[in-house]
Amino acid sequence: MFKKILIANRGEIAVRVIRACREMGIATVSVYSDVDRAALHVRKSDEAYLIGPAPAADSYLRMDKILDVAKRSGAEAIHPGYGFLSENAKFAQACVDAGVKFIGPTPHSMRMMGSKTSARQHMEKAGVPFVPGTSRGLASPEEGEEVAERAGYPVMLKAAAGGGGKGMRLVHTRQELRSALESAQSEAQRSFGDSEVYIEKAIVNPRHIEMQVLADEHGNTVWLGERECSIQRRHQKVLEEAPSPIVDPDMRRRMGEVAVKVAQAAHYTNAGTVEFLVDQQKNFYFLEMNTRLQVEHPVTELTTGLDLVHLQIRIAAGEKLPFKQSDVAIRGHAIECRIYAEDPDNNYFPSPGKITVLLQPSGPGIRRDSGMYEGWNVPMDYDPLLAKLIGYGTDRQQAVMRLERALYEYFVAGIKTNISLFRRILRDPDFQAGKLDTGYLDRLLAKANHTSAASAASAETKSLETIAAIAAGMFAVLDPASPASKNGNSGGPGSRPAALVPSAWKQKARSEGLR
Amino acid sequence: MVYEIMVGGEEGGKLHRLELEKAAAGWECRLDGQPIHIDAVIPRRDVLSLLVDGHAYEIKREQTATDLHLWVGSTRLAVELRDPRSLRSRQKAGGDEKGPRKILAPMPGRVVRLLVAEGSEVEAGQGIVVVEAMKMQNEIKSPKKGAVKKISAIPGAAVNPGDILAIVE
Repeated sequence: MFKKILIANRGEIAVRVIRACREMGIATVSVYSDVDRAALHVRKSDEAYLIGPAPAADSYLRMDKILDVAKRSGAEAIHPGYGFLSENAKFAQACVDAGVKFIGPTPHSMRMMGSKTSARQHMEKAGVPFVPGTSRGLASPEEGEEVAERAGYPVMLKAAAGGGGKGMRLVHTRQELRSALESAQSEAQRSFGDSEVYIEKAIVNPRHIEMQVLADEHGNTVWLGERECSIQRRHQKVLEEAPSPIVDPDMRRRMGEVAVKVAQAAHYTNAGTVEFLVDQQKNFYFLEMNTRLQVEHPVTELTTGLDLVHLQIRIAAGEKLPFKQSDVAIRGHAIECRIYAEDPDNNYFPSPGKITVLLQPSGPGIRRDSGMYEGWNVPMDYDPLLAKLIGYGTDRQQAVMRLERALYEYFVAGIKTNISLFRRILRDPDFQAGKLDTGYLDRLLAKANHTSAASAASAETKSLETIAAIAAGMFAVLDPASPASKNGNSGGPGSRPAALVPSAWKQKARSEGLR
Repeated sequence: MVYEIMVGGEEGGKLHRLELEKAAAGWECRLDGQPIHIDAVIPRRDVLSLLVDGHAYEIKREQTATDLHLWVGSTRLAVELRDPRSLRSRQKAGGDEKGPRKILAPMPGRVVRLLVAEGSEVEAGQGIVVVEAMKMQNEIKSPKKGAVKKISAIPGAAVNPGDILAIVE
């Protein structure tokens, strides 16, 4: 087993890995940028080294500096977390070359999965289901009609060189196909200099469900159950759960077996995730493989009783998987809320800054993986994920109840967070019924705005307003840092609220300041 | 002590008058003329434990450079507090629509670009400055119709919450 591991990451995931290392008696080495000197991962590790200025390209993405720290500190392995260098095959190769173990798959597997076309070729050979269609460009409109007929309408036309929605057309009937194909081809030619267009069956309101796999370096590969990740916004997952409300044991086994096939075809080792699109008839299609630990791994840990980071480290150290597929049992239900520094009143725009108050939930069935603390200044340079709140229960309903209770206890001030969003989701009848797809959250947000405006006039809110009015006054009287005194005397505990002693000098200075 | 308290934000907000007087135990207060006996304790910063007729409330305060919200249970309410005797409060109360309005940075970030020039006429809600934080760009909008009197934001410069970006008159 390793004696010392370097964690090439920051935030909650760095803390998560540091905790696993401490549990296993492994010393930890952190790296940090200029703005992360006071970050939690630096405080919690055994050693920490500055690797550069705030921009990730100058610090957390600097392979040379990170490998230099590994050499200097004597770290034998590097855990990349997620994001940053975690799916960078060049970095994995550089680790091999430097004689440091990369805790993850080999550079070869990463390269194979990193390219969509090469992944598709290998996976098709292995018999993995894809969204029906062609992966090559269409030779003629007749071929297009034939392929569309086979896949079944509606179909999606996609530019082979495409991206960003350019050269994409949704086609509902055979009559529309020819003109749509022509316009997609000319748009693709204009946008990418390549008119190649292919056809895929359009999956209407798909779900996004993924399967966790683990593979050791001795040829053993297992699946650990699925995660439902359909609740997304701007292609960013917001809430995940395990198991999925629509997956039964048979479907789980079939998805698991496909995921294992995918991993084996790529000679995959360590923890990985196979993503699927699932249509309304519960057909599932391979989307891609994430060659790293996922943000949402805790819901799998809670429902399988396994510690994925412990297992990642043991696999990287050359150990065999300590259990077989038949030992894996799914028990209970877990739901994760991603707490982001985002302003719900401003279209969920990021909200970095100083956390002035932090009240954190605990109690039965609650797990909190957090990278924040009261008094910390959330830097503006990185991803807005602050923490993950995970609720666990014997069934989905109990997990929801525990999460609602925990969200009631959770309070962050100084910066804005999306905590209130999760209350809306958990109380939404469609969520409670498990009716989810990737468009769910946008629909909920459009709907919820009306609800909150309407409920503002209700009788219950009125009494809450009364309480708020009294509370505002009591804060002003009892708390020297009250809003009334905010812009006045900076107010130590003994000073009177400044609102009671208006200063003409201050007024004058302030109006001068406006000129 | 007397306060005027606006609860519920700018649209649909309601103004309450609150009188507070220390009693032997707790506080005697009159809210819009109605007498209520309350007990209040601040167990820690920005948290208030309030007892009203045996009902217990934990109220949390969320205060930024630009606004104040109170959480009563899971409900978040915009609150504005004025001391009617305070000159500054009176000026603020009367000066919102007339006179200059400062546009403040709501969060730390970096100024990406200016969308208008000094002296130009803008509508309420029109974007004035673009500030970037956490890889996202955010348009900071004008709170009122008027002329851009001054732009203090400099493209490329870092800003802190509460920094003045521009003034619209």
